[in-house]
This record gives sequence, structure tokens and C-alpha cells, in this order.
Amino acid sequence: MASKLEALKSSVEGLLASRVVHSTMAYNELTVVCKAQDLLEVATILRDQAGFEQCIDMCGMDYSAYKDQPWDGPRFAAVYQLLSVQHNVRLRLRCFAEDDDFPVLPTLTGVWNCLNWYEREAFDLYGLMFEGHPDLRRLLTDYGFVGHPFRKDFPVSGFVEMRYDATQQRVVYQPVTIEPREITPRIVREENYGG
Amino acid sequence: MADIRNYTLNFGPQHPAAHGVLRLVLELDGEVVQRADPHIGLLHRGTEKLAEQKTFIQSLPYMDRLDYVSMMCNEHAYCLAIEKLTGVDVPIRAQYIRVMFAEITRILNHLLWIGAHSIDIGAMTMFLYAFREREDLMDCYEAVSGARLHAAYFRPGGVYRDLPDTMPQYTASKIRNAKEIARLNENRQGSMLDFIEDFTRRFPACVDEYETLLTDNRIWKQRTVGIGVVTPERALQLGFTGPMLRGSGIAWDLRKTQPYDVYAEMDFDVPVGVTGDCYDRYLVRVEEMRQSNRIIAQCVKWLRDNPGPVISDNHKVAPPSREAMKSNMEELIHHFKLFSEGMHVPEGEVYVGTEHPKGEFGIYLVSDGANKPYRLKIRAPGYAHLAGLDEMSRGHMIADVVAIIGTQDIVFGEIDR
Repeated sequence: MASKLEALKSSVEGLLASRVVHSTMAYNELTVVCKAQDLLEVATILRDQAGFEQCIDMCGMDYSAYKDQPWDGPRFAAVYQLLSVQHNVRLRLRCFAEDDDFPVLPTLTGVWNCLNWYEREAFDLYGLMFEGHPDLRRLLTDYGFVGHPFRKDFPVSGFVEMRYDATQQRVVYQPVTIEPREITPRIVREENYGG
Repeated sequence: MADIRNYTLNFGPQHPAAHGVLRLVLELDGEVVQRADPHIGLLHRGTEKLAEQKTFIQSLPYMDRLDYVSMMCNEHAYCLAIEKLTGVDVPIRAQYIRVMFAEITRILNHLLWIGAHSIDIGAMTMFLYAFREREDLMDCYEAVSGARLHAAYFRPGGVYRDLPDTMPQYTASKIRNAKEIARLNENRQGSMLDFIEDFTRRFPACVDEYETLLTDNRIWKQRTVGIGVVTPERALQLGFTGPMLRGSGIAWDLRKTQPYDVYAEMDFDVPVGVTGDCYDRYLVRVEEMRQSNRIIAQCVKWLRDNPGPVISDNHKVAPPSREAMKSNMEELIHHFKLFSEGMHVPEGEVYVGTEHPKGEFGIYLVSDGANKPYRLKIRAPGYAHLAGLDEMSRGHMIADVVAIIGTQDIVFGEIDR
């Protein structure tokens, strides 16, 4: 299995050549990182020449709170999980969006059609913009929702809550009345904790 | 002649055939669907965001609530992801128990599917038949975990406890006399494995019954043959997995191709469809029930002969037994740390895909070494399927949309997350 993955790594690196920023093997999985400007090309090569005919999953990532330390580098990324049915291998493709304030990536809906909804979801939850997407609407959140809830700076309790107002006889939005609370604190242990 | 315009129809979110809270905006030309635009998110709970705020063990019960008709299969993927990152060994008996319950869950899921799908397109009786068998399997869930639906039974490192020696029994009530009670409790006298074995013996005849009702039924065929045809190429492009992919003729089953736990030891076949229509997917799922039954029988046989531990003894991940915890200081500390601070998962990222009854259910877990996940992405099979609804239903009649929603086996818990 490990040799199969190494063979995949060398063949993918051969196909993509300089477009690979870096690739890592960990936990028996291969991760390839590429630049946003190369993404469309990389995806097409992976589909047509490396045999990854299926994109199983795609998700947005916000690295700004990683390890509870200031994050050095671009904040937002899209992570694609690719699957090759013919070769029975998986590959993870990660692409960082360069601008943190207005993260833009090219759309891959033309390469894998299933990405339509996944990109809408990443836009909805993380605010990633996909250039050339046919129909970039919000998908999971409410109609008229403001903000991108899965960003690390968005509180779990949100900003607004909804209730029925008996005097106005309609549903109204108002600022949240609950306090965010943390029952178990998040702890990242330092190296060699406890000896 | 008057202008003929397309009109838009709102289907759901409170329609019984919408399988939950699907709001479907249909653009119709007469009765023919021109475009279907599913609006999802009415059941969005932000499971992935919530998981970032909870320790690894606290998020486990959320998994049950994703696809709430195949609870243990969701937990399975989550546990496998944590085990991959922590590198903890799972006792072999626990792996067999997990496989057995994953297959019980598959039958549960397919029974609900066949009942709901057939009631949607006009076969009332199937629903009652399917729920008769579901009741027995639900009792297995209850016996093993105490809950009929949200089990939280699979844990990182194994399963919560070993299989019970007794099955719960029916008790006398106003509507049932003693003779009737005795008949109902007949197969519940032995251990849980006896009960499951008895089930595997009677279940093939039950599937035959379902097939008698549906497979050659003229109305059933009229409603499903040639409806929602997906070619193998399109199925791959649209990210279809599981029975939706196999119905189109691609023999792809993660239990065979990328086996996890002890699926590599199991002897079973992967059914594959030919035309990729609703009828083929029906046949695939019915055959899957028979194959799951075979796997369960193999697990029961093995579990009978091989007692042993069912959860890892690595107490950084799995809790110590209650007995040890009450009598041993070190175990008490382990227990306290595990349930207060939680486990620390090493830094890294993994993706684990499992063959869920609906397709590939995957967990993409990113950990930065904390006691909570940094990011948990749930890959729900139904999400990709529902995204393909527009393409599948285009050009079909409005009544066929119901058949297509049914054949996709949509459950909103997992789609909206």
C-alpha cells in the first residue's frame, strides 16, 4: 500500500511538474498543494491523465486559529478529496486563496460537475469566491443571512436570533441574548508535555 | 393562441414525499419538469462548527443525528478517522461487532428506504412489512446501547460494551394475552446473538416477500423502469456513490476495494445494475439486504466462538472499565482526564471514507493537536445525490420527481448537517 502511494506521488509530481508547491505523505494519504492560478490546469491534468474521475468532497478551510497561534500565510483554502475508481487511490488537493480579505479561487465545476454545490457551500460558510461559478448562491444558511458562519472569528451563538413578535405579528430578528460559553476549554499541549 | 408560459411550483418543505424538509422549486412546462432547484439547509444545525467547540468524544453523539436512519454507520466513519490519527489498535472482537452492527444498520436503512420509496409511489403494504422487520433490529440497537435510534455505541478504540446475554422481552398488557406474549418472546429466550441468528434465518424469506410484492409488479415497474436514468460516466462526474453508482453498472464498493475493520474477512457479493434507472437501483438495494444478511451471519458465527475485549486498553483514547475505575487510582485519573479534558489527537489530517448504506460517507478530520478537532468535514452521500436531482429529473413528469427523490434515498440530517 505504501509503495502504491509512493508510485502515485512520483507519477503525480511528474505530471504536474512545477505546479506542485509541495506534496506530503502522512497517514497513508497523499496531499498535494498547488497555487490558485494553476488550480484549473492541475485539476484537469489530474482528471484526464492521472485518472481521478471523481471528486468525492470539497470543503473550505480557515487556518487563522490553527494551533491558537497567529497563522503565517494565506488564511483560506479549499480542500478537494479526489478518488480514482479505476486505480483505487485517493488524493487530497489543497489550494490557498491568496487574498485574505477577498478570497478568490477558480471554479472547478467544469472539471467535476458535482462541485457546483460544494463550491456554493464553501462560499456560504467561508466566503470563498469561485470565479466562473454558474450560480454562486448561499446554500445552507437562511435566506438573507449575513456573514460566513464557519469562519473562526464567527461566534457559535451567531449575531442575531429570531423570534415571533406578538405585537407586530411576524417573525423578527434581534441581537442574540445568550452569552457564548465554553464548558471544556480548548487546549493545545506544548511539545513534550509532562516529560 | 394564448401564450403558454412555464410555471414554477413549490414542492415542500412540508410535503410527505419530500422525505423531510426539502424545498424543491420546480419549473414546469405543463407537467414536464424543465428545471428542479432544491433549496436545502432547513435542517442545518452546523454540526461541523459545533464539533469544533466540543471534545472528540462529545461530538460522537452528533454523528447519530446526521443520517438518522443509519446511525451506527455514521459513528463508524468518525471513529475510524480518530483511530487513524491516534493510531490506536481496535480489538478484533470490537471490529466484528462493528461490522455486524454496520450491516444491521444497512438493513435498517434499506428497509426504511423500501418502505418510504414504495409508499411514495403507491405501494402501501411494503411500509408495514418493512417496519415489521425493522422492529426486531431496533430491539437489537436497544439491547446493545439502551437507545433505539441514537445509539452512541461505537467509540474511538472499539465499542462501548460487549453484547448483552439477554434480549429484552415483551411484557403482558391489556391488548396482549399471555399466550400471545409467549409467542412474541419465543426467539428472545437466549442471548442477543441467538436472536440475531434467528433473524438472519428468517430474513431471506422476508426479502422474498418484498420481492413478490414489487419486483414483478406491473405498477411498480411502470413507475420505476426507465425513470431517472444515469449513465456510468455521468454518475462519476456527479459524485454519486454507493447504490446510486452501482445501479449505473460500476462495481465499486469500499467494503471490497478499500476494506476497513474486518470487511476483508467477509464473504459477500457486490450487486451491480445495468441500465441505471430507479428499478435497477431498487434491485441493487434489495440484493444488498441479502448480502448484509450473509455478513451478519458470518459475524455471529465468529463472535460466538471468540470472546475477548471490545475496547482498546489505551486509556488516552478509550475509558477504563467502571470496575477498574472504582478500584484503581491511575484508572480513576485516566477516566477523569478523558471525560473532562478529553483525548488529545496528534496533529495531522485524515480522510476516511466508509461504505454507508447511502453511499460514501466520509470524515475529513483536521487536528492541530488540541482536545477538539480543528475542522471536521462530513462528506454526506445524499448531498451529491440531491445535487444531481436537477439533471436526473429534467424532462420527466412531476410524479417521477417523487420516484427520483425516493430512489436517491434522501435523508436531510446528513445533507444539511
